[in-house]
Amino acid sequence: MARLGDRIAEGLVFLAGGAAVLFVALILIFLLREGLPLVRYYSPIPFLTGAEWYPLSGVFGILPLVLGSLLVTAGAVAIALPLGLAVAIYLAEVAPAWIKDVLKPTIELLAGIPSVLLGFVGYAVVATVVKNVFGLPTGLTALTGSIMLAYMALPTIISIADDAIRAVPDDFRHASYALGATRWQTIRAVTVPAAASGILAAIMLGIGRAIGETMTVWMVTGNAAVIPTTILQPVRTMTATIAAEMGETARGSDHYAALFAVGIVLFVMTALINTGADLVLHRMKKKYE
Amino acid sequence: MSSRTTEKAAFLIMALCALLVVLPVIGIVAYVVAKGAPAISWEFVSAMPKRGMKAGGIFPAIWGTTLLVVGTAVFSVPLGIGAAVYLSEYAPDNRLTKIIRMAIVNLAGIPSVVYGLFGLGLFVVFLGFGTSLLAGSLTLAVLVLPVIITTAEEAIRAVPQDYRYASLALGATKWQTVRYQVLPHGLPGTLTGVVLALGRAAGETAPILFTAAAFFLPRLPTSPFDQVMALPYHLFVIATQVPKMPESLQYGTALVLLALVVIAYAAATAIRMRLRRR
Repeated sequence: MARLGDRIAEGLVFLAGGAAVLFVALILIFLLREGLPLVRYYSPIPFLTGAEWYPLSGVFGILPLVLGSLLVTAGAVAIALPLGLAVAIYLAEVAPAWIKDVLKPTIELLAGIPSVLLGFVGYAVVATVVKNVFGLPTGLTALTGSIMLAYMALPTIISIADDAIRAVPDDFRHASYALGATRWQTIRAVTVPAAASGILAAIMLGIGRAIGETMTVWMVTGNAAVIPTTILQPVRTMTATIAAEMGETARGSDHYAALFAVGIVLFVMTALINTGADLVLHRMKKKYE
Repeated sequence: MSSRTTEKAAFLIMALCALLVVLPVIGIVAYVVAKGAPAISWEFVSAMPKRGMKAGGIFPAIWGTTLLVVGTAVFSVPLGIGAAVYLSEYAPDNRLTKIIRMAIVNLAGIPSVVYGLFGLGLFVVFLGFGTSLLAGSLTLAVLVLPVIITTAEEAIRAVPQDYRYASLALGATKWQTVRYQVLPHGLPGTLTGVVLALGRAAGETAPILFTAAAFFLPRLPTSPFDQVMALPYHLFVIATQVPKMPESLQYGTALVLLALVVIAYAAATAIRMRLRRR
């Protein structure tokens, strides 16, 4: 009897193990099921390349939304990359223990702050600062979104890059010191280049995090669905469009399907980024094993 | 510049960067606490909203989030721990296991609003649950699943191999070993992951936008098929959607949400500290 009980329990555990695969498949299936009917109203080429998003007139060109997402994300990476890399190197190679004890929990806390709360602070405080510093009519701009997203991507970038730098074998450092290099020369010329692939993965995952963020960008970027020309103007991202417009659509309408189609585009983009980052990380792990 | 001076300058710049990360986080917390604290009262956390949400309390939002978190836990914790046990104790090193791991990585990277679309398509429309507590809990459960699997697997893997050998040597079956040795010893680490994951679920807005959340409800939910108000969505609504909302209510709500997340985070840290001491 004990054997039968064992078999049942182990069978359940096996099924649970497969759940992740099932859910990824279900997510894709249901995005396609609700999104593909768009082709009945609007063909895929103008959908992907159209410069105008006028959902109420049945015009669904997602280019302004894609460019909005890319602009906000690019700005976020431009801020988070140098900052995150510096902090990761500092944590892995330089910082004394007590500073690590302050830094690490703070970064974990940052990772845990709900995006709607960061959006609220961005809306109430950061937007006003951006407005006054640049003398703009509104502070709800792509730049405001980039600043907020940079901080949201920082925990991901820092923790992965920190791991990658730590994974570099000590022999590398010792060899460099033995040749007379200082610690900084070693970091710059030996340790960081050796961790390059892990750092690349950190950046990719940071980008994935930023491009998929919804509430914060919805609240702080001003949501104008136009092709952006500067980072100081309001933009509308793919995520914010879905969040803002789904509530106004009728199930089964062209607009409803179009928003799911935007979801498919987002799904594909983040899947490529995350799978790529995972491959890079695996290759790095193998190298130092 | 000598190489020593360059080194000092480089390390100083890195320390400044670290400060640039830490200070805004402390600043946000301090700001929300300072602006929100005056709004906090027993009435604020225990009463229904009044006068178009411009007065009264936020109890239905707190209650709704509590229910969503409980619902999320019911679905995600057994599934997540089961998957972690499979991956740590049973999974052979083959292609299927690789596919499972790839799926977990991808699940973790899917944007939260896409989870909202998925929940709308599967739970709300296809399964006919409607915009409801049930649909929102299920959507959030799928969202936190990769977090629970990853942390639980790590905790279970960290249980020393000797425990398994000792149990098997005493004649226990593999499952008995997992059930009575591996799982209990991996529990504190698993719990840390679960608490952090549920903290994340409590703060998520985008996944419940189209699956569970209501702008305003005059009554508390009475069935799993009812809509609920939720703390993060309530903050969004009163911060951006309702004109002339008193600032103190906005910051008060933000503070309650922040407190919830910080408590979850502190609990997780406390469990981890106890674990490390052992």
